[in-house]
Amino acid sequence: MAEIIIAVLIVSGGFFCFVAGLGVLRLPDVLMRMHASTKAGTLGSGLILAAVAVYFADTATITRAVATILFLLMTAPVAAHMIGRAAFRSGITLWNTRIEPEAERKLSR
Amino acid sequence: MNILETALDISFVLVMLGVVFAFARLIKGPSLSDRIVALDMMTVLIVSFCGLYAIRSQDTAFVDVAIVLALVGFLATVALARYVERRGSQLAGNRPQDTDAPATGDKDGEGF
Repeated sequence: MAEIIIAVLIVSGGFFCFVAGLGVLRLPDVLMRMHASTKAGTLGSGLILAAVAVYFADTATITRAVATILFLLMTAPVAAHMIGRAAFRSGITLWNTRIEPEAERKLSR
Repeated sequence: MNILETALDISFVLVMLGVVFAFARLIKGPSLSDRIVALDMMTVLIVSFCGLYAIRSQDTAFVDVAIVLALVGFLATVALARYVERRGSQLAGNRPQDTDAPATGDKDGEGF
């Protein structure tokens, strides 16, 4: 029974990692690529680390795996926010997006 | 054991395909921000690869590798984002008269 749970966690985590890579390669815009890499990549890594915690099932490994998941969940939004702000302020071209001039003046300040 | 081995093989292939896609974006990304996103993505994918390899080799030391890699990747991403932001503001500050050229992502891909 535990093997089936671990197998499901591993395959779904690998699937989300694959989807994140595909999104980084194929989406047309920096902010959309960052959306793919941050959300799907964090979910995939979290699922695989949860599988590690279920597989080894001792206290030290579960603690380390949960700590890694929490660290990824805390740092991925911060990193994505910083890259997005830097990319927007350095003047990237957005795909199919129209920003009001007044809003752009406020955002790029 | 058979189900677990098959799932591990499938997941190794999927994660490495994700790393290859991110590497393609790292090579051809038009701006520096794209390359930073791809590097961050590759770090997160290699963290999950360390998790898979910990299960495959029955060795919990790779979970420590995953922790350290997540930490270093976050620091690298933050430092590179600060670098891009500061460089953009310096470029904007050096050329205040240059208003007829639209600010596109072309100037990001100059030196890289």
